[in-house]
Amino acid sequence: MAEPQRARPKPTPETQHFWDGTKAGELRLQRCDVCAHVYFPPRPFCPSCASRKVSIFKASGKGFLYSYVINHRPAAPGFTPPYAIAVVELDEGPRMMSNIIDCPQTPEALELDMKLEVAFQELDDKITLPVFRPAKG
Amino acid sequence: MRRNQVAVVGAAETTELGVIPNTSQLQLHADAALNAIADAGLKLSDIDGFATAVETPQQVCHYLGIKPTWVDGTSVGGCSFMLHVRHAAAAIEAGLCKTVLITHAESGKSMIGKLPRSISADSLQGQFEAPYGVYGPPSMFPIPVLRFMKTYGITHEQLASVAVVQREWAARNPRAMMKDPITVTDVLNSRMIAYPFRLLQCCLVTDGGGALILTSADRAKDFPRKPVYIMGTGESVETPMVSQMETFNSSRAFKVAGPLAFKEAGIAHNDVDHLMIYDAFAHLPLFGLGDLGFMPYEETGQFIADGNTRPGGKLPLNTNGGGLSYMHSGMYGMYALQESVRQMRGIAPAQVPNAKISVCHGVGGMFAASGTIVFTNER
Repeated sequence: MAEPQRARPKPTPETQHFWDGTKAGELRLQRCDVCAHVYFPPRPFCPSCASRKVSIFKASGKGFLYSYVINHRPAAPGFTPPYAIAVVELDEGPRMMSNIIDCPQTPEALELDMKLEVAFQELDDKITLPVFRPAKG
Repeated sequence: MRRNQVAVVGAAETTELGVIPNTSQLQLHADAALNAIADAGLKLSDIDGFATAVETPQQVCHYLGIKPTWVDGTSVGGCSFMLHVRHAAAAIEAGLCKTVLITHAESGKSMIGKLPRSISADSLQGQFEAPYGVYGPPSMFPIPVLRFMKTYGITHEQLASVAVVQREWAARNPRAMMKDPITVTDVLNSRMIAYPFRLLQCCLVTDGGGALILTSADRAKDFPRKPVYIMGTGESVETPMVSQMETFNSSRAFKVAGPLAFKEAGIAHNDVDHLMIYDAFAHLPLFGLGDLGFMPYEETGQFIADGNTRPGGKLPLNTNGGGLSYMHSGMYGMYALQESVRQMRGIAPAQVPNAKISVCHGVGGMFAASGTIVFTNER
């Protein structure tokens, strides 16, 4: 699905660690050192208790399919319809938008609550996107 | 805020609605404003408070020649105008201004003088949503639907019935864009847009605008039109990223704004004679009925499919035809407010007999924001 005109994320100082992680094959989340809240998207403080003492950690990369649409039209640049735009709930708690690879993009194949695992899709030498595929076993 | 201290004394839409290829977005603001001022029997120089969204207050005020002492540029999506009504009521009560004009206009279809909407690559949306192929509201707004359906046992047929019932209302409205009757089968056979939603479950794309004029209830009795009082109001925001909503089983912004307005108005659900729930897509009325506490979520789909919200039903909903069949220029909240005001004035094309309380509930973005206004025609 990756083609030249596909929207490219541009990291900020607060999100750089996330994109460094995906490039290294890791899905990185943040956890509050005070209240243990795990959150996403990245920010240098806890959105639950406001503590600035937070740590970055490598997530399991496991989760399940929370919801999705199968987009037919209009298609985003770089995408060939129909393609699913999914929201994945990670085992650590946070949810993130993603695409589901290695799976037919049909309502029959995309079952809510199906187990997923992270995979990494290199867009260019700067950006690698986390995507998900049906979990093996 | 105290109830019924502020009233709508002027309300109008643009002279034309639909496809307006000969008019810029800014001029549509002016057209709606001039119509509302005429409706209220006022002069432009009487306006001392102004609110709008997307366009800036300075842009529209300068174009119209208004010199305000109070402005509000709150721009949180299609419900911005509900928030403007709330803020204007507070400002009038606080004595910051006497007569507020609120305008909306969008050249949503013809795109003349329309401001660009873009998502920068280094925003959170640009980093964590845009790369996955989202492209406009149809690809994003329906993302929660499948989870909502699974949680509450809502069926595709029930979601299709939302469009069918609203078309029945639209058929009674000469200004509605789409008036031909449709069936559940028609909806489920229409072109797929973003599964599970098909064309007839997505809002129209049109040009148009609307404007409201508010003043104190004490002054309102001297105006030519029957005053429509602001009985209760609520507002909230959640997140600009649909993927980051607390849950897809409800909208947090709805659950804050709606009950706040009911509490302020001091009404119960069975007091509501007329209801507007901003329907950018067919699932919005189901979320609204549940989040505003009208019934358990599990019952919302069947409630609509059973005809309770259709003409003659016990809870008339989206009586102009809604964003699905009336019009939707991009920020539909203004048109929902206009229909509530018409119903409270007793002049709506599909008038609900003896309606005394109207609830008007709006959404902004993809469940990003919400505003709720309770209107009444009795002080």
